[in-house]
Amino acid sequence: MKNLVILGAGTSGTMMANHLIHKLDKEDWKITIVDQYKTHYYQPGFLFLPFDIYKTKQVIKKGKKFIPKGVRYVNQKIEKIIHQENKVKLEGEYLDYDILIIATGTKIAPEETEGMKEKEWHKSIFDFYTFEGAKALRNKLRKWEGGKLVVHITEMPIKCPVAPLEFAFLADSYFINKGMRDKVEIEFVTPLDGAFTKPKATQALHYLLEDKNIKEVTDFNIEKIDYENNTMIDYSGKKVTYDLLVTVPTNLGDEVIESSGLGDDMNFVPTHKGTLQSKKHENIFAIGDATNLPASKAGSVAHFEAEILTENILLYINDKPLKDKFDGHANCFIETGHGKALLIDFNYNQEPVEGTFPFPGVGPLNLLKESRMNHMGKMAFKWIYWNMLIKGIHIPFVSATMTEKGKKIDNNNN
Amino acid sequence: MDNIKRNEQGYLEDFSQWTKEVGTEIAKEKEIEMTEEHWKVISYLQEKHENEESLSIRGIKKSGVVNIKEFYNLFPGGPLKISTMIAGIPKPKSCI
Repeated sequence: MKNLVILGAGTSGTMMANHLIHKLDKEDWKITIVDQYKTHYYQPGFLFLPFDIYKTKQVIKKGKKFIPKGVRYVNQKIEKIIHQENKVKLEGEYLDYDILIIATGTKIAPEETEGMKEKEWHKSIFDFYTFEGAKALRNKLRKWEGGKLVVHITEMPIKCPVAPLEFAFLADSYFINKGMRDKVEIEFVTPLDGAFTKPKATQALHYLLEDKNIKEVTDFNIEKIDYENNTMIDYSGKKVTYDLLVTVPTNLGDEVIESSGLGDDMNFVPTHKGTLQSKKHENIFAIGDATNLPASKAGSVAHFEAEILTENILLYINDKPLKDKFDGHANCFIETGHGKALLIDFNYNQEPVEGTFPFPGVGPLNLLKESRMNHMGKMAFKWIYWNMLIKGIHIPFVSATMTEKGKKIDNNNN
Repeated sequence: MDNIKRNEQGYLEDFSQWTKEVGTEIAKEKEIEMTEEHWKVISYLQEKHENEESLSIRGIKKSGVVNIKEFYNLFPGGPLKISTMIAGIPKPKSCI
């Protein structure tokens, strides 16, 4: 009997368990999935929780519900990956593996920035990338009387790079609906050179910031927060003050990756970008946010990767060459507020452009353009997530690699 | 410099066209006189780019090549934005 071990039962790990249970011979392979937490969160919902658009129960389910029969589900902390011996040390046992899939994701590390996770954490400084953060922020916003709201990215890469921008757009809507937009100033602070960084998106979407009266502060590389004076200070001495700070802290891979000597500077696993095999070990694969791939850290990326990784695991088992096939495909809805959204479809090489999706020339969804239909797509996605995506069911008409059909692509790619 | 292809913002479109002379010329446009210290940073960035690793201020800090204050002194304004342009590699970006 051989062992395939999946570390992490989030979006990626759960999808892999569901794919592989149907593909691996039960006589030969035992599949085990490990996660210390029993809860599975619908992470895209964390964006909506602060604005009372989703209730807490809409984003939480028991992880067990999504682990297929025949897969052993272990709720223990992962202490170390002993790759020299093909073993994983858990709190209470050792697991041997023939194949290891690392799906331990990424998490926020506010303690990396001086002054962030101290006295004012979840009082005037919030994150919305955790359930606790999003809920604390909801409670704050319910009674906040206005002032300067700063939406901030600490450093790249972060999970779901568009979420901070969506947060700023939804905040504009939220305060308009509450009849207090005139009491709120919104500022978007980024270490990059703009809220939008790609040419087509900047051209097509910059009006959103102007229309919504969101001010941009760019090239701001935060050094520390002086929380007593509500001020962020960057390495060049620039200062940004706030009344309410909503930040996306540094994102790091799991500490077990670091303690096992498997990560880069940010604890992400160096991974081959086309095959998803780890760069150092043939029998270790990585998927989703845990990798160092130059793709977005997003559920849709993990979904496309899962289809390709499943193929490659089977090829690996049969001693055949792996397919160098993953192209960095991502497909994301972006909420713009007031019941509208955008949709973007892109990969490693192709920046998001205008067009139609999923049917070339038909739609019904428009790429890189605001519409109500896109917003409905985003809302419907919660159902798709719980019922199809994490169960490893293929989403019709959406291929794992990006199609260029139906897109306005010119030669000046970026 | 005439046949070096650059995008609207001034970044090289094709890294294979990069030479130390090209880097020096771009630095001049930014009013930067290149020194050994500058080139050390540029080599580090190019190596990261070659390995397809993402660039961040944190990475620079951890690299030991230069500390952040020095990095700002070497490339005043937007250090990552300017140093990547001199290195002939794309500026750090988000997905849109």
